[in-house]
Amino acid sequence: MYKHTFQTKEKIIELIFGFCGMFSLFITLGIMGIIFWETTLFFKEVSLFEFMFSTQWTPLFSIKHFGVLPLITGTLLVAGIAMAIAMPTGVLMAIFMNEYANAKVRRILKPVLEILAGIPTIVYGYFALLSVTPFLQKVIPSLSGFNAISPGIVMGIMILPMVVSLSDDAFGAVPKEMKLAAYALGSSRFQVAFKIILPAAMSGVIAAFMLAISRAIGETMLVAIAAGMKPAFTLNPLVPIQTITSYIVQISLGDTPVGTLAYRSIFAVASVLFIITFIFNVIAQKLRHSLKY
Amino acid sequence: MIVKIVNKGHYTLWRLRRSHMNALRCVHALTILGNKNRYYMEKHIFEIKNLNIYYHDFQAVKNVSVAIPSYVITAIIGPSGCGKSSFLRSMNRMNDLIPNAKLTGEILFHGVNIYDPLISEVNLRRRVGMVFQKPNPFPFSIFANVAYGLKIQNIKDKAMIAERVEESLKRAFLWDEVKDRLKKPALELSGGQQQRLCIARALAVYPDTLLLDEPCSSLDPLATAKIEELLQKLKKEVNIIIVTHNLQQAKRISEYVGFFNSGELVDFGPTKEIFERSAQSMVGRYIQGIFG
Amino acid sequence: MFFSTALKKYNLQTNGPNAVFLILVMLSFCFAIAMLFMLLASIFYDGFLRLSWQFLTQFPSRNPQMAGILSSWVGSLYLMILTGIIAVPLGVGAAIYFEKYAKKNWFNHLMEINIGTLAGVPSIIYGLLGLALFVRIMSLDRSLIAGAFTLALLILPIIIISSREAIRNVPSFMQDGALALGATRSQVIKTIIIPLSFPGILTGVILSLSRAIGETAPLIAIGALTYIAFLPESILSPFTALPIQIFNWISRPQILFHHNAAAGIIVLISITLLLNMSAIFLRDRFDRKNSK
Repeated sequence: MYKHTFQTKEKIIELIFGFCGMFSLFITLGIMGIIFWETTLFFKEVSLFEFMFSTQWTPLFSIKHFGVLPLITGTLLVAGIAMAIAMPTGVLMAIFMNEYANAKVRRILKPVLEILAGIPTIVYGYFALLSVTPFLQKVIPSLSGFNAISPGIVMGIMILPMVVSLSDDAFGAVPKEMKLAAYALGSSRFQVAFKIILPAAMSGVIAAFMLAISRAIGETMLVAIAAGMKPAFTLNPLVPIQTITSYIVQISLGDTPVGTLAYRSIFAVASVLFIITFIFNVIAQKLRHSLKY
Repeated sequence: MIVKIVNKGHYTLWRLRRSHMNALRCVHALTILGNKNRYYMEKHIFEIKNLNIYYHDFQAVKNVSVAIPSYVITAIIGPSGCGKSSFLRSMNRMNDLIPNAKLTGEILFHGVNIYDPLISEVNLRRRVGMVFQKPNPFPFSIFANVAYGLKIQNIKDKAMIAERVEESLKRAFLWDEVKDRLKKPALELSGGQQQRLCIARALAVYPDTLLLDEPCSSLDPLATAKIEELLQKLKKEVNIIIVTHNLQQAKRISEYVGFFNSGELVDFGPTKEIFERSAQSMVGRYIQGIFG
Repeated sequence: MFFSTALKKYNLQTNGPNAVFLILVMLSFCFAIAMLFMLLASIFYDGFLRLSWQFLTQFPSRNPQMAGILSSWVGSLYLMILTGIIAVPLGVGAAIYFEKYAKKNWFNHLMEINIGTLAGVPSIIYGLLGLALFVRIMSLDRSLIAGAFTLALLILPIIIISSREAIRNVPSFMQDGALALGATRSQVIKTIIIPLSFPGILTGVILSLSRAIGETAPLIAIGALTYIAFLPESILSPFTALPIQIFNWISRPQILFHHNAAAGIIVLISITLLLNMSAIFLRDRFDRKNSK
């Protein structure tokens, strides 16, 4: 009955698993360390004030300006269009799937959404550039070949499955008794859906929005292909723009030597991207943890 | 001293002859037995001193001291939530698995405190088996279920495993029903058969003691009768401690009864005496169905 | 008369908003389905004619009619295998640690949030991490192994989250059964937890690998966009991958290259859809088996 027989082996196994568990911490620290290190090097040469308030981003021109605002407006413009499409349609679909659709319809819809979610983003990029933009140009003749609206719309479709399935989870977490009580008081299905379930699952729905926004902001290939590579401090969705992610792609495509200002600038904008998405993600995580009834 | 252990029951003797491995285990038992109060051990399998069990702030078991006699069936009864399951689980340290569970006092198993820091709960559980309220066969074949306990002791000898599986199934009165379908999934068996399979699974590692936590509560009367018959036979081979909420069952099968109420062991003694006590005592009232 | 108006099934006040809602839902579905249909139709229309055996067995070329995807699909295959080899053991190990070993304290709560957050970090950031860490600091250059490490970091949080879910779904009474037979913690993991959660873990792994195979941005960030007209010989060889080849073709002005891109997309989508559908099928079968 004495212990020593197992103790060493069990301890070693626990340590191995513990190492695997801690690995994710190393990744986070690695990301933060490397990105912020290169960023500090960047800010030794460029003032923080210029970075935050200048409205010109021309790191590859002979007269260099490093104002991140055009990249941020570009990013937010595309993400905003995407969210304007994905939020209402996503929540409506999730409510329908949760309260109206029977099991059979659900069994078809859920996999379809999951398959949609599995389409690689480069495919959406192709679709935005070569199908949606030419189509929109017939409606809006002034639309240029690269623009914000076409990738915005396609991105809305792309993040739709995510919004639907996360909101659906949130609605599914609402206790059945709550619904039954409302039905027993004579509520119609519509009233139950919008006056009971939606408010009760609100924090989960907001978490879904947060994750979707963070995904939209971080989406790369779609905007790199269809939105153009021209930083513009504008909210006009019809002209070429550049997002944070497509700037990183632009620099990565060229052969930029290590240690140059252009090389460091991708880490500087990446840290902006990281901080924004990190905040959204942490809020979403907190909201989802608070959802458990 | 060997003679003394052998006297404890023919199964121990038989076990001693059985194989090298088991002989080793008996020697191991001897070293434990050598420790202290040899006389006492013969009569009592567990000796519990001032046992308290807490979950967070809630005290589930309050200052229980009792000696549980060997080679009889001991039944633990009491209203639900009275701490009888916690008490049972503490005897093979399954309580360790519950987060925030705290235990004070001593539980001596063959005279050794099983909560001593040197004692391995894993080895303890190999000698004190447990059967749960809900039959929980693994989703493997019937054969693999019974062989599981041997497999985790790194026994590789296939002939020995096959022999032991057959023997355990026979001991659990299940062999005739399953001998033609040992490779079939265990979950295809009926509830009563599943529970007997769990008993066979526990018996396969030759425990000295079997703890049963309301083993019949999810079974129909026929399956229950079968298990009671089985326990009557098994008590000659292993020590049996059973928690039950069924008083008639306790009366039918047990030689000793302990009655728990809100964490305290109110009464302990031979079954007949306890059931014949006056209706005035709390135990009496519970037994007659006035409360509980 | 009095009841007839109150209990009437159709009245505008309660059904009006409902009808508006249903119409909006229908519009949403129509919009989504129309877009999906348009997407698939335009890709098939553009790319179908370019699909041929030759397309799969030729290296990329300056002449769009001669160009094929041999080096890119082989690169993608190697990449996926290496990524799996790196990420699966780490991810499943981490999931086991968090579910079975980690104590519930602030540090592990923080780790849980950390993993959830990592899953939401944009893939291009992983690309920059790979660029700085593997390509520059570890000087693996733009090799297959650098790409695989980068993608492995990317899918690690997804594997951890889905494996944790699968492990959590293993009923605790199965583990209790094994522990009561004297299994050690690692034996419970090896013999109960991993076999029972295997289909769930496999589903998560397939889904994450299907995500990895479609990822473009991190590979571009580590600088993998080069003209490669040979197959990788070792894990240190430079490589190209299917999505990178597609991106390359999309960014060229000639329309014939766009058709090549569409054909490449058909191949890529077929692979990811096949993977996703097998994962969904696997999960459904597993769910049904479990609910039985």
